[in-house]
Amino acid sequence: MHIVVCIKQVPDTAEVRIDPETNTLIREGVPSIINPFDENAIEAALQLQEEHGGKVTVITMGPPQAEEALRQALAMGCDEAILISDRACAGSDTLATSYILSQAIEKIGDYDLIICGKQAFDGDTGQVGPGIAEHLGVPQATYALDVEVEGGKMQVKRLLAGRFETVAMRLPALITADKHMNVPRHAGLRGVMQARKKEITTWSAADIGVEPEQCGLAGSPTTVVEIFPPQRSHTGERLEGEAREVARQLFAKLRENKVV
Amino acid sequence: MDIRVDPEKCTGCQLCVKACPYAAVEMQGDIATITAACTLCGACVSVCPVGAIIREMPDVAEIDTSNYQGVWVIAELDEDRLAGVTLELLGKGRELADALETPLSLVVLGNGVGELVTPAGEYGADRVYLVGDPVLEQYRTGPYTDVIAGLINKYQPEIVLIGATEQGRDLAPRLAVRLETGLTADCTGLDIDSEARLLVQTRPAFGGSIMARIITRNHRPQMATVRPRVMRRAEPQPGREAGLVEIPVKLNEESVLTRIVEIARDQSSQAVNLQDADIIVSGGRGLKKPENFALVQELAEVLGGVVGASRPTVDEGWIPAYHQVGQTGRTVQPKLYIACGISGAVQHLAGMAGADCIVAINSDPNAPIFGVAHYAVVGDLFEIVPALTEIAREELEGD
Ligand SMILES: Cc1cc2nc3c(=O)[nH]c(=O)nc-3n(C[C@H](O)[C@H](O)[C@H](O)COP(=O)(O)OP(=O)(O)OC[C@H]3O[C@@H](n4cnc5c(N)ncnc54)[C@H](O)[C@@H]3O)c2cc1C
Ligand SMILES: Nc1ncnc2c1ncn2[C@@H]1O[C@H](COP(=O)(O)O)[C@@H](O)[C@H]1O
Repeated sequence: MHIVVCIKQVPDTAEVRIDPETNTLIREGVPSIINPFDENAIEAALQLQEEHGGKVTVITMGPPQAEEALRQALAMGCDEAILISDRACAGSDTLATSYILSQAIEKIGDYDLIICGKQAFDGDTGQVGPGIAEHLGVPQATYALDVEVEGGKMQVKRLLAGRFETVAMRLPALITADKHMNVPRHAGLRGVMQARKKEITTWSAADIGVEPEQCGLAGSPTTVVEIFPPQRSHTGERLEGEAREVARQLFAKLRENKVV
Repeated sequence: MDIRVDPEKCTGCQLCVKACPYAAVEMQGDIATITAACTLCGACVSVCPVGAIIREMPDVAEIDTSNYQGVWVIAELDEDRLAGVTLELLGKGRELADALETPLSLVVLGNGVGELVTPAGEYGADRVYLVGDPVLEQYRTGPYTDVIAGLINKYQPEIVLIGATEQGRDLAPRLAVRLETGLTADCTGLDIDSEARLLVQTRPAFGGSIMARIITRNHRPQMATVRPRVMRRAEPQPGREAGLVEIPVKLNEESVLTRIVEIARDQSSQAVNLQDADIIVSGGRGLKKPENFALVQELAEVLGGVVGASRPTVDEGWIPAYHQVGQTGRTVQPKLYIACGISGAVQHLAGMAGADCIVAINSDPNAPIFGVAHYAVVGDLFEIVPALTEIAREELEGD
């Protein structure tokens, strides 16, 4: 079976700050990582490959340095890697991103399963996975916790609030990986060495044959008009002193506020 | 906008006839044809094995935004009632609709859900689009996308709001792609720019480190998913009635690509329902040992709440991952969040800063968690948490 995993390189969010002067993100010097949920997606693909054989292709759309994320995926054990890099794709929102990725997956051709992360750490939208599925016209299972593939079909256990749902569907299909799906493996030294030698395919927008007016800013219906820091530091009331007395005061306040 | 069949490619397999929810595909001889009942929902396009059905979306330049009117909320059901997030969206939707001087409608899909028209009216809807069919009994991506896309194409609302729940976040991006419009995820604020007649959508990104304001200028509808427990539901007005528009559909189970095999409501801690909890008591590394989660557990029990956790405690295996609150865990919005021994790293705050009332218990007066706390208890959690449990037990038993 052929599994395509979509990964994204994201800034380590713990480090992201806003420039108070310009209200834009300070990205300089911020380390990049593979979106953590995408590591779960890679792990899920590798486990399925161990069980069923076949091939795992990783794909990312991003600036040239996103190649690092692909190298890391290859080091984990993925077979092939594709980088979609083109200035025309910059600034794509989820509609444009899912369009471009779906066209690239069409170009790859014979896929059985596509795995995305549940959401990306920078945008936090979780919209690209289902968007790709819609562009390709394949069924989807979001928030996957467990997948079993048999023949041309699969069963996916999904983790939802307060319940599990098991769905069955035919392949090809798309799933999005939850953090609780697995524990991503670390790339061993051998993996890292091998990954260094592997070829990474780079595609431009023209290589995939996407319509330029559907890519990048031009192809994005949404516009970010402003970014600003969250207003969350309010001065709360401080309670200090002997434990039982503090607990009593606190409980009285909670009562007053009708939260208990 | 247009949909047509390429007669050269059509093999006469009739899958599209079965798949059309609106009974708008007929056979003329061996070739499928689309009738005037077509809503451009796209179900036939997805199902055609040979790509013979072509759907053309208009160029952006051709969209006349003034043709789109009304605010829509897509209902989510909880058992057989309107889910909390739907009532909240009706509350917010009412405000937006009033600002735009346009009607507010609720779209309800399900099987035998006619009674929901009454609460919809009482909570602020002017109109209910009701679609009943056995195939719609439970939410599934495919048929819900087909039916709702058809309704949106037909009635052309300017704004569509969907809960940012698992269901909403599964459905909304498929709808937005099918309708080729913008979708803003996980909004925490919605306003109208009345001059431009635009929906101004505010949302957190980068794990809550920044907020962004986003608009959809030239595409319609303007779509947003909205976090549960952020908007206020309106006071219900008994006797306020919504007009009913029943939409006849003809759905075919065979055309649905997914089947629900099992739904397990998990009572054990595994799928602990943090998102719907009113009270969450969370523990962090300040608990020092896994056994000490018992302190948190006990307080949660006495208060009638559930247990949350910070990431390191999960990573260390002190508590199952399903309890994790934060960017990689769950986003929660309880009435009361009590953080015990949690420092309050930005990723944790991203998941809980929206709680109505936050209590932080921490021995370090400079812990960042105090930046979001309404009540900052500076002290030893091993003394304070048991004391609070005891007082709560005494007081609540007296009730
Ligand atoms: C990419 C990424 C994603 C992440 N996602 C998440 C996420 O989803 N959720 C999440 O929670 N974290 C997440 N984190 C981790 C986050 O950055 C912090 O590491 C974490 O939140 C800190 O957990 P903690 O507060 O339990 O532990 P610590 O940082 O060790 O803090 C323990 C606190 O307890 C206090 N304390 C100690 N002893 C006592 C005592 N006796 N009484 C009272 N107070 C005491 C200390 O003063 C300290 O403030 C993520 C990190 C990264 C890099
Ligand atoms: N630029 C990209 N390249 C490859 N995959 C992506 C990209 N953006 C998003 N994805 C995939 O879509 C998922 C959800 O991303 P998002 O919708 O941005 O939250 C990610 O976990 C990735 O699997």
